[in-house]
Amino acid sequence: MAKKESQKDPQEIETTGHEWDGIEELNTPMPRWWLWMFYGCILWAIIYAILMPSIPFLNSYFKGTLGYSDRAAVLEDVEAMHADRAVYASKLSGANLEDIQADPELFRYAMAAGKSAFGDNCATCHGSGAQGFKGYPNLNDDIWIWGGTFEDIRETLTVGIRAAHDDSRFGLMQAYGTDELLTKDQISDAAHFVLSLSGRDDDAIASLRGSEIFRDNCASCHGDTGIGDKMQGAPNLTDEDWLYGDTLEDVYQSIYGGRQGVMPNWNERLSPETITALAVYVHALGGGQASAPAEPGTPNDP
Amino acid sequence: MMKLHKYLEKNSFGLLLGIIAVVSVGGLVEITPLFYIDNTIEEVEGMRPYSPLELEGRNIYVREGCYTCHSQMVRPLRDEVERYGHYSLAAESMYDRPFQWGSKRTGPDLARVGGKYSDEWHKLHMEDPRAVVPESIMPPYRFLSKRELNYQRIEADLKANQKLGVPYTDEMVAKAFEDITNQLDEDADDYDGFVARYPKAVVRDFDGNPGLVSEMDALIAYMQMLGTLVDFDAYEAKKDENLR
Amino acid sequence: MSARSVRAKWVEDGSSLPIFIILIAGLLWALFAAHPTGVPAGSYPTLEMHGYIMMGAFLVGIIMLVGVCSNGTPKINLAEYEDKVIKYGVLATTFWGIVGMLVGVIIACQLTWPRIFYFDSMPWLNFGRMRPLHTSAVIFAFGGNALIATSFYVVQRTCRTRLAGGLWAWFVFWGYQLFIVLAATGYLTGITQSKEYAEPEWYVDIWLTIVWVAYLMVFMGTLYKRKEPHIYVANWFYLAFIVTVAILHIVNNLSLPTGMFEAKSYSLFSGVQDAMTQWWYGHNAVGFFLTAGFLAIMYYFIPKRADRPIWSYKLSIVHFWAVIFIYIWAGPHHLHFTALPQWTQTLGMVFSIMLWMPSWGGMINGLMTLQGAWDKLRTDPVLRMLVVSVAFYGMATFEGPLMSIRYVNALSHYTEWTIGHVHSGALGWNGFVTFGALYCLVPWLWKKKELYSLKLVEWHFWLATIGIVFYITAMWVAGIMEGLMWRAYTDLGFLEYAFIETVSAKHISYIVRALGGTLFLLGTFVMAFNIFMTIKGRGLAEPIDGDEPLAKRPVLPVSEPQLGGAAQ
Ligand code: HEC
Ligand code: HEC
Ligand code: HEC
Ligand code: HEM
Ligand code: HEM
Ligand SMILES: [Ca+2]
Ligand SMILES: [Ca+2]
Ligand SMILES: [Cu+2]
Repeated sequence: MAKKESQKDPQEIETTGHEWDGIEELNTPMPRWWLWMFYGCILWAIIYAILMPSIPFLNSYFKGTLGYSDRAAVLEDVEAMHADRAVYASKLSGANLEDIQADPELFRYAMAAGKSAFGDNCATCHGSGAQGFKGYPNLNDDIWIWGGTFEDIRETLTVGIRAAHDDSRFGLMQAYGTDELLTKDQISDAAHFVLSLSGRDDDAIASLRGSEIFRDNCASCHGDTGIGDKMQGAPNLTDEDWLYGDTLEDVYQSIYGGRQGVMPNWNERLSPETITALAVYVHALGGGQASAPAEPGTPNDP
Repeated sequence: MMKLHKYLEKNSFGLLLGIIAVVSVGGLVEITPLFYIDNTIEEVEGMRPYSPLELEGRNIYVREGCYTCHSQMVRPLRDEVERYGHYSLAAESMYDRPFQWGSKRTGPDLARVGGKYSDEWHKLHMEDPRAVVPESIMPPYRFLSKRELNYQRIEADLKANQKLGVPYTDEMVAKAFEDITNQLDEDADDYDGFVARYPKAVVRDFDGNPGLVSEMDALIAYMQMLGTLVDFDAYEAKKDENLR
Repeated sequence: MSARSVRAKWVEDGSSLPIFIILIAGLLWALFAAHPTGVPAGSYPTLEMHGYIMMGAFLVGIIMLVGVCSNGTPKINLAEYEDKVIKYGVLATTFWGIVGMLVGVIIACQLTWPRIFYFDSMPWLNFGRMRPLHTSAVIFAFGGNALIATSFYVVQRTCRTRLAGGLWAWFVFWGYQLFIVLAATGYLTGITQSKEYAEPEWYVDIWLTIVWVAYLMVFMGTLYKRKEPHIYVANWFYLAFIVTVAILHIVNNLSLPTGMFEAKSYSLFSGVQDAMTQWWYGHNAVGFFLTAGFLAIMYYFIPKRADRPIWSYKLSIVHFWAVIFIYIWAGPHHLHFTALPQWTQTLGMVFSIMLWMPSWGGMINGLMTLQGAWDKLRTDPVLRMLVVSVAFYGMATFEGPLMSIRYVNALSHYTEWTIGHVHSGALGWNGFVTFGALYCLVPWLWKKKELYSLKLVEWHFWLATIGIVFYITAMWVAGIMEGLMWRAYTDLGFLEYAFIETVSAKHISYIVRALGGTLFLLGTFVMAFNIFMTIKGRGLAEPIDGDEPLAKRPVLPVSEPQLGGAAQ
């Protein structure tokens, strides 16, 4: 019996009689278990190949008796996913914040959806804790460039800021230096004035000169007092928060070159209900504002 | 069988030919049908060859070995479709020479990164990934913004592709050189011509430095078009031949 | 000269004239390449640097060749084995092993501590350029030199004849080193096709083709003029490795350069066809380079070192033909769930499953050859290294089919699990079997009684083994964790983790991997030292005199058709 034989002492099994550089070969039969497992694998392979798409023909291929397709499977999965989410999704897509907050389960759901979408889409710019970076606003605080109500945020997410969307939010601050609208000295003075608005400037004379420049060039957007305008996305210059940094150098650069930060529009990449959920999530991060009435001090707010 | 083997064991040319015969089968059966079975490449709307600037960007992607960390192939699995978008189609890489599907996802899939971020973000991120994503392990590519793109011979690149069957028209080849700068300037004289040649191409200065046609311009142009060409509204995912 | 005598001349001492012609042609091309006439192509580096490297290499080659041939034909003693080129091969293997593994440790550190190991001012040290350097250095430079050197050694011994082709073996050796240098410097400066394991650009590919065909000719010539009636099983594997790699290399690298003297090329195939061709190549680089070739090493060095006969001749036959037939089909398991049509993926999967037992046939034959000599494992660390390598081979070839199952691959693909699998094969199997073979070869070639120190081999063994265990367990943990995190859903049905969280989660595993890799590298340094001291004849490495006679036994009648004659 072959099995027994393979376990014999090598001395008892004959060699093939060949020899190369002192190496000989035994004539041990192939191990039975090995052969059977090999046959088993072949059998399994044949069965699988019959069930699944496998053999190519002249202008098509064998589709498999199960008619299975990865693509069909994932389309079904995604449909099932949408079906699972349908109830909440329909509640979410048109809802306003009060409705959502009134339904604790819906709110919890929206927050979960928002958190999930935030990680892969927003955290890359706004930070994984939504804390922001230079140029990318902090979303935890209550300082908003484009408005901090639920509707404002949802709109911002949908159309983006200076993005490819036709109705994108758009605020254009000129590059006063690059475009030679102001001289370097004037820009420097204006920067001093801007810093003085939040009480951080010590060069009173420069900022006095700057106040005039500000009134002529900047007040139309940032307001006479520098409090900003959410309609135009002109930041408030009187607070502690700076999108592009609070050093003289940074502010100078903001005026000299303009910034034109871009936030993509998400209406093409994310579904309306996901955007709503994100807006709920961002609104709840800490700085969300009530929808009405309009805040005092920002007269242009809708 | 054993007799045949005895022969092969004693005849070096026999053995050589035997090996060649045996190793040829698998490749022939698996590769050749991909060239003639019709539904191997789906019928889609929107695919076009890379614009010259995008092609240069892609060559930089190839040169830098981004494929060692990034895949460009969204698999038909629920989590991937949710994270990255529609699963990738064969049609989407039909002008890719070589393909860059990748085999390792040290960084996220890039097949649909086009339009996801701003140019500014890409520039910052490419120059110093940890400045924007503190946890990132991606290398810095600051030199790309400084280096001038050398595109004098872009025509030769298009021509080589054309010879290999990429549908570049003679006009595209002839205009290749200007089309690099056409794509970087919304006010270029031949704006309309360029957009007609390369529909959906994004036209603007990508690196925030209009004075320089940099390698960063090209790479970001490439990033921003990835996954944006196919019109998925017109694509019938459930059609029988698309479920292959 | 008649065809017959040309053939006879090739087989005996080769002809150096074609080498001369190749070198001159190469020199001419390099001259133009180094002085580009027009504007360089696109974003791609010019050929200037490579032009100068090639000019230098071909010039030196020509001078050496002229020197050797200056007084007529080079003297070749047909009664002796050609061993000098093998000695060079042994040294090159050791050198490139260290380089490749050092780069491996560097890129492992880059992924672990990106703030320290990336240098803004040195873009060529970035991960994307260093990783191909690592893979090519370990597979093609370390592995390739090991394969060339051992195959030259084994084929001579088991055919009882000197290498065919005279100086051509030297052409193969130096030509191959030139290929490695061109490939490596290319990656660092950005000359790459970015096709995994086939990164060198078109002209480097052409050069490798020339070298490889020469290699095939030398090997075939030697088989052809052998003084043994049968071809030994190791040589079947070597031959399959050489000829299949030639086919794979040529087809996968077909491409159109933008100009005769420009580095950039575009591949002949695109998209899905390119992907399939690439992984037909890539998988079989594993199958024929890292498996068939290394099995050949095993088939000579294990029986030789253990002084035991090969366990089963029948198993050799069946698993040889099964392995080479089935391997070719398995490529699509690298493309599961991609845009490759599903029918192709099915074939890739089922053939990978069928590949399991044929692969294990080699393992069984290797391990069972120890039957009756197991006690030697305790005393001989070199043999232990060889045997453990076979065990790792068994492990990798079990894991591989497992990962080829589409539903397993859905999890493992794109993750560190693949990296763990690669290195259990690469470090455990290819690394150890090569180390074992080098430890055998050095005393044999330099005619010493023993290695300088078996104690150091013991050290090497344990450093490397612990290194591997660290490396692969860390990667399994990281890979499976990452795969599960990517697909994790919260109970409300949303993706639980952002991508970047999976990156952070791998940090600890990366540290362990870097540590494991460092241990493995340390072991290699220990080996290099041991080899160096052995060559110098220190410690146990006392010299033995006398040359190994070509024929220990009377010459048997050769059944292969005599030179130019008809088949038997
Ligand atoms: C390409 C980087 C980028 C990405 C990705 C991004 N943002 Fe923004 N986001 C910005 C920038 C830049 C601004 C500030 C634009 C400005 O006003 O100058 C901004 C502004 C905002 C604002 C308005 C802040 C305010 O003060 O009014 C909100 C809300 C916001 N982002 C939320 C999100 C959410 C939610 C996501 C994910 C779906 C996201 N962002 C993704 C770059 C990005
Ligand atoms: C047409 C409207 C407009 C005018 C006029 C304008 N700005 Fe702005 N300003 C903006 C907008 C919009 C932003 C937001 C920056 C961005 O995202 O591009 C901004 C941002 C800034 C910032 C950066 C704030 C931060 O948080 O970092 C400073 C400083 C600033 N402006 C100062 C000025 C000064 C000084 C002037 C006059 C010389 C001026 N602006 C004129 C619209 C305007
Ligand atoms: C060492 C691996 C590595 C290399 C090489 C690498 N990247 Fe990355 N990449 C990452 C990681 C990790 C991330 C995720 C963290 C982050 O956003 O930085 C990433 C993120 C990205 C993103 C953002 C994707 C998204 O959807 O969030 C882009 C775009 C990108 N890389 C492009 C490139 C390009 C282009 C190259 C080559 C020039 C490259 N990468 C080379 C590791 C790498
Ligand atoms: C029966 C034998 C084997 C089978 C079926 C097999 C199968 C696989 C599979 C399924 C993958 C993962 C592909 C992916 O998801 O991307 C893989 C990757 C790999 N395997 Fe194996 N494997 C086998 C043996 C080996 C051996 C012995 C080695 C030796 C080193 C090896 C080296 C590799 C390498 C280098 C990769 C990485 C390829 C890449 O993505 O770059 N394999 N193998
Ligand atoms: C000191 C030892 C080594 C270390 C530290 C090391 C480290 C690494 C690292 C960090 C990577 C990149 C993984 C990634 O992209 O995530 C890698 C890839 C790779 N290494 Fe090594 N390596 C070592 C030895 C080897 C050896 C000896 C071989 C082959 C004989 C080898 C073959 C490979 C291959 C084929 C890949 C690519 C895998 C893939 O694409 O899937 N390595 N190695
Ligand atoms: Ca520019
Ligand atoms: Ca190549
Ligand atoms: Cu494989």
